[in-house]
Amino acid sequence: MSTVHEARRTGLGTSTLFRFATAGSVDDGKSTLVGRLLHDSKAILADQLEQVARTSAERGFAHGAFDFALLTDGLRAEREQGITIDVAYRYFSTGSRSFILADCPGHVQYTRNMVTGATTADAVIVLIDGRKGVLEQTRRHLAVIALLRVPHVIVAVNKIDLLDYSQDAFARVAAQVAAVTDELGIEDVHVIPVSALEGDNIVDRSDHTPWYDGPALLELLEALPGQDELDRAQDAFRLPVQLVLRPQGGLSPQVAHEDAEALRDFRASAGRISSGTVRVGDAVQIFPSGIRTTVSGLAVGGVPVEHAAAPQSVSVQLAEDVDAARGAVIVAAGTLPEARREIDAELFQLDARPLVTGARVLVKHGTSTVQAVVAQIESRYDLDALIHEPADTLAANDIGRARLRLAADLPLELYSANRASGSFLVIHPSDGATLAAGIVRD
Amino acid sequence: MRAAPVTATIAGTRLDTLDVLEAEAIHIIREVVAEFERPVLLFSGGKDSVVVLHLAAKAFFPGRVPFPVLHVDTGHNFPEVIAFRDETVERLGVRLEVASVQDYIDDGRLHERADGTRNPLQTLPLLDAIAAGKHDAVFGGARRDEDKARAKERIISLRDEFGQWDPRNQRPELWSLYNGRHTPGQHVRAFPISNWTELDVWRYLERESIPLPPLYFAHEREVYAREGMWRAVGEFSPARPNETIERRVVRYRTVGDMSCTGAVESDAADLTSIVAEIARSTLTERGATRADDRISEAAMEDRKKDGYF
Repeated sequence: MSTVHEARRTGLGTSTLFRFATAGSVDDGKSTLVGRLLHDSKAILADQLEQVARTSAERGFAHGAFDFALLTDGLRAEREQGITIDVAYRYFSTGSRSFILADCPGHVQYTRNMVTGATTADAVIVLIDGRKGVLEQTRRHLAVIALLRVPHVIVAVNKIDLLDYSQDAFARVAAQVAAVTDELGIEDVHVIPVSALEGDNIVDRSDHTPWYDGPALLELLEALPGQDELDRAQDAFRLPVQLVLRPQGGLSPQVAHEDAEALRDFRASAGRISSGTVRVGDAVQIFPSGIRTTVSGLAVGGVPVEHAAAPQSVSVQLAEDVDAARGAVIVAAGTLPEARREIDAELFQLDARPLVTGARVLVKHGTSTVQAVVAQIESRYDLDALIHEPADTLAANDIGRARLRLAADLPLELYSANRASGSFLVIHPSDGATLAAGIVRD
Repeated sequence: MRAAPVTATIAGTRLDTLDVLEAEAIHIIREVVAEFERPVLLFSGGKDSVVVLHLAAKAFFPGRVPFPVLHVDTGHNFPEVIAFRDETVERLGVRLEVASVQDYIDDGRLHERADGTRNPLQTLPLLDAIAAGKHDAVFGGARRDEDKARAKERIISLRDEFGQWDPRNQRPELWSLYNGRHTPGQHVRAFPISNWTELDVWRYLERESIPLPPLYFAHEREVYAREGMWRAVGEFSPARPNETIERRVVRYRTVGDMSCTGAVESDAADLTSIVAEIARSTLTERGATRADDRISEAAMEDRKKDGYF
C-alpha cells in the first residue's frame, strides 16, 4: 500500500505507552490524586477546568476550589449520587510517555472494578490514608493485584501533610505494607509518601519530605518498564490466529498492478503476538496439529518486516500450506503447549448470579470459545484472612478455586508463566454475559 | 545530531505509543470481523472514522476491507466532506451505504428541530439502517478522551434492540479478551481507537500520510462569530442579522454538520503544523468547536443512551 516505502515521520518526539490503574476509595483521596496527576501534567484543558469550577461552585465548594471527582465521574447517576460506579479511562502524557489510567472505584463492586483495571495494567497505584494505615480494603486490593500478577505495585501513602510530614508515621505505614506484600508474595513494590491535596511527591519531589530519597509518583511512572517489554521477555513466541487473509480475487485497489499476479494465491494467518518475538525463517509449530513449518513472510499492518514482537498485530505466511485458522496458535518450534481438557482455575466472579458446581458455561481463551462445565467449585478465598475456605458456590465479587471440564482441547498454560495463555473468560451460554474472569493456577 | 529510528523492527527497542495503539486497533477490527456476520463502519469523512478505515485497510491488506461503510447523511454536511467520502470509498474499494436524514424529514418520520441542528436526528435513520442491513457489529471512531460519558464506554459495547446503551450494566473488559456474544436483535458497537487521544490521531495521520477533507487545513472562508466559535456562512448556517460576516483564515478541528460545528482561527496548513498546534492547544476539540456538546454536562450521555454513535 501507499505507506510501504514511506519513511515514518514523527512530528514530536516518540513516546512509549504505559497503562496503570488506581485503587482506593474517595475517602483515601483517590479522586484528588487522579485530579492532581491530570492537572499537574496539564492534561486538563481550560474548558474542562471551567466546567469543573462551575459545577464545584454550584455544589458549594469554596471559591477557586475544585471537586476533582467531577473530572472522572462521567455519568449523571455518578454526579448526582457523588459516587463512582464504573471504571473510567483517562489519558495524559509527559515528554517521554503516554499514560492510560484506569480509575477503579473502591466502594461499589470493588472486586469487579479492580479486576477489570488490573488485567491490562502495567502498574497499580494503591492509595492509603496515612492516618489510617493498611485497612481491610487495602489488603483486598493487594490480594487481587497479587493473584493477577500486575507487574508493578505502587503504594501511595496519602495525606502525609496531615501527619506533619513525619518520617516515623510514614515508616510505620510502610512496615505494615511490607508485612502484607511479603505475605502475598508481591515483589515489585514502591511505597511513596504523598499529599495529593498539596501536591507533595506527585509530580516533583517534595521539600517537605527530605528524609524520603525515592522518586516522585510521576517520575516512577515514567521509569517503570512497560508490558510490551515484559511480554517480549517471555521468550516463547505465541500467535493466536484470529483469521486467515486469503484475498483471492478481492485484492485491495491499493495493490500495485505489477504485484497483483504474485498475490493471487496469497494466504497468511493474522493475529496479535501475545508473547515473544518472531523472525522470517523461524521454525514454528501449529497448535493443535503440532505440524512443523517455517515462517516465510511477515507483515505488520500490511507492511513487510523481517522481525516482530509482542504486542504487535501481524500476518504470518508459512512455508507449507498447513491449516492455521482461527483458534490455532502458531508457536516457536519445540514450545508446543499441552492440549488440555481441564482447568484448575482461580475464578473472579463478576456477575450478580452465583456460580455453582455443575453450571454449563462457555470458556473464551485466546481466539477460541468452547463449551465447558464447572466440574467442581472447591474453595473461596477469604480476602481478609488470606486463606481458602471450602465452598460450593461463588457469589458476586468472590474469588475462588474451581475445576472446569472443557468440550474441546485448549492450549492453556499457567498464568504465572504467560498472562495471555493463562487467562480466560467464563461466559453465560444463552445471554452471553461475562460471568467470571479466570486464570490457570499453579 | 541524528535521532535514532524508533521502529518495531529492531529487537530490544521499545514500541512507540502509536505502534502499540495501532496493534490494539487492528486486533479489535480483526476480532470483530472474525466473530460477527455483518459488520459495518460508521464513516462520516471525519478524521476519526478516516483513521479507523485506514486501520481496517491495513488489517486486511492485500485483501479489501471486508465490510461496507455507512454514512448517516444529515443533509447539512459540508460539500467538501461528501466529495472526500466518495473519493475515499472509491480509492479503497469499499461499498458505501447512506442513511439520509433528509428523506425522513421529507416523508414526515422526523421533524426539523427549532434550533435547526440535525445532529440528534441521526439516531433513528442510523438504527433503521443497522436493522435493514442486518448489521450485528457497528464500528465507530469514538474515543474515550472526547467526553466523560465516552470515558466509560467499552471497546466492544452491547446495544439492545432499541440501540440503547446501558452504562450501568456493561460487561467488564478483561485482558484483550473481547466478549461480543449477543442475542438476536442485539448488536454491538466496536470502538477500535477508544484508547487514542486527539493528539495520537493527528500524529498517526501525519505518520501514515492519510488523506483528509480540506476543511481540516487552514483556508480562507466567510465566517461570523457565534457562541465563541467561528461559524461558516452556508446554506444551512446563515448569519443572523446582528452577526457580522468577515473573511478569516480558519480550519476545523472536528467535522460535523455546518449547523453545529465551529472553526478555529489557524494558519496550520499541513499535518505537521496541525500536530504542533494541537500539542499547544488549551481547549478540547469538543469544547472548542461543537455547539451540540455545550448544552449540558450530560448531553453526550443522553444521546448515547438513545442509540447515538
